[in-house]
Amino acid sequence: MTRLVPNRFAPSKVLTAVLVVAFLIILPLCLQRWGSEYYIYLASKVIIWSLFAMSFNLVLGYGGMMSFGHAAFYGLGAYSCALLLVKAAWPAPAAFVAAPLIAALAGLVIGYFSVRIMGIFYFAVLTLSFSQLIYILVFKWRSLTLGDDGIQGVPVPGYISTLDSYVHFYYFALIIAAICIFILWKITRSPFGLVLRSARENPDRASFIGVDLRRYRLAAFTVSAFFSGIAGALFVFMETSVSPDVLKWSISGEVILMGLLGGMHVFPGPIVGAGIMVLLNSFLTSYTEYWALFIGTILILSVLFFPQGVAGIAYEAWQKYFGRSLS
Amino acid sequence: MDIDLSIIFAQAVSGLCRAMILFLLASGLTLVFGVMRVVNFAHGSFYMVGAYLAYTLTNYFAASPGRFWFALLLAPCLVSMLGGIVEYCLMRRIYDKDHLLQILLTYALIFVLGDLAKMIWGVDLRIVEAPPVLSGLVTVGGHSFPAYYFFIIGMGIAVACGMWFMLRYTTFGKLMRASAEHRDMVAMLGYNVGTIFTAVFMMATWLGGLAGVVIAPTVRLSLGMDMEIIIECFLVVIVGGLGSVWGALLAALITGELYAMGILVLEKYAMTFLFVLAGAVILLRPSGLLGRRVRQ
Repeated sequence: MTRLVPNRFAPSKVLTAVLVVAFLIILPLCLQRWGSEYYIYLASKVIIWSLFAMSFNLVLGYGGMMSFGHAAFYGLGAYSCALLLVKAAWPAPAAFVAAPLIAALAGLVIGYFSVRIMGIFYFAVLTLSFSQLIYILVFKWRSLTLGDDGIQGVPVPGYISTLDSYVHFYYFALIIAAICIFILWKITRSPFGLVLRSARENPDRASFIGVDLRRYRLAAFTVSAFFSGIAGALFVFMETSVSPDVLKWSISGEVILMGLLGGMHVFPGPIVGAGIMVLLNSFLTSYTEYWALFIGTILILSVLFFPQGVAGIAYEAWQKYFGRSLS
Repeated sequence: MDIDLSIIFAQAVSGLCRAMILFLLASGLTLVFGVMRVVNFAHGSFYMVGAYLAYTLTNYFAASPGRFWFALLLAPCLVSMLGGIVEYCLMRRIYDKDHLLQILLTYALIFVLGDLAKMIWGVDLRIVEAPPVLSGLVTVGGHSFPAYYFFIIGMGIAVACGMWFMLRYTTFGKLMRASAEHRDMVAMLGYNVGTIFTAVFMMATWLGGLAGVVIAPTVRLSLGMDMEIIIECFLVVIVGGLGSVWGALLAALITGELYAMGILVLEKYAMTFLFVLAGAVILLRPSGLLGRRVRQ
């Protein structure tokens, strides 16, 4: 019998979920024992970038919109968190909540202009331009942001301090990211997510059945900006410093590559992409200063030869092998 | 606030220079979009390569007094050849695919060309000297301007006239306009649309390279110059209307002057004015000042 509704609690799924969770919980303990602190740091970085890439993919993979400016929200989340902690001396939880809200507000404003004109070109051009505007403003507004010196020594509460070990921060980031990714997953499965996907597949038909495309796209963009802001705030807690580099256009490029490389049409795709990219970055940047050349080349190769991404290829292979769909 | 009129005049002239550079660039960007329906995000990178090539060529011909003129002649052609290779080897493969992938490809080129420039020319700031003929000062209306400014303005006018002539009277120009309207029809009449695309892309990158050479003596060449200019270019084509050459000219004049005047008011944040202008155009006239009506 073929099931129209997939079995949510099939034994194989439960087993996979348990294994993944157990792996993620044990990982830092193993790394601490047999690896070094640096690997836990890398693992935390993968978590942060996974969250960023997943939130970005709500726009690219599900909304079909090419945002070249997501660094703006990641960076604004980081900067608002750092400034609220340093200049306003807010308590950490308050700053952590406020930062993504500020990022979402920026997403609302930038999105409002960017979705007004239909067509992916305007969207791509406008998101890139606005994110550069924010970069320039942060760079030049020295009295507030200290310009390219960045903000150093952000006070981070003791329970997630990375001073001695990254383990506590790892678990904190893991829990936050897991909650956010779960919410994102729920969003993509909700009626809202389905309408968004239909608007990606066929904008004309979607608007004929009465979907206000702009409103849906703006909502998706804002939600995405919110979660990117959380990733930015996590970044500040980990690094305890922030510089305009987090707002650079190349950060947007990296997150695009994570989505594309991992697979933008498979839900966990960007996580795979984030893992690959963070590990490659730490490996390659110790050998070469031409990281951008590498990003660009991989981007071109992905576009030309495997636009479905690593997870997409794995998914296709799975379907071919088992002859059925995963979900 | 008392603003000296002569300062405004001085700013107007330098704004005109900026406008001409922006026009050289934006016209290429908008031509490619009009004909090929692709936004070339790497347009600024070709401009940067043009500027750096001017540096290399002026050094190569260091012994000759005409070294800048050699660079002006050669560098845009080299950039154009690079553009031709990019179009032929990369872009051509994905015209029938998703638009998302097309813009991603040109976007990826910013990374690649940026790092190649870093590899070849390094991270130091580079300087290109203006030709001796144009290195003096010219006094107009009680103000001294570098003679080179008038050369830039002249180049802009020359390119605008040349483009007008080409689009209106030459076969190639007519084919370009026809491809922008009905690509399939042009193909059915027996023209190779692929060749037209390559030619248009080469012409656009030639213009980009030319802008790079022309601006080189007025700035210090740095690796970030590709991103700096491309954003302004985007604002110009949004204001002028994506795909319209004359819109690009009008918008370049407006943005160039707006920026030059904006510096007088908000020195560090003059860029914001351009964004306010672009935002207003998007809200009030989404198709741009001279652009075709786009689908709402």
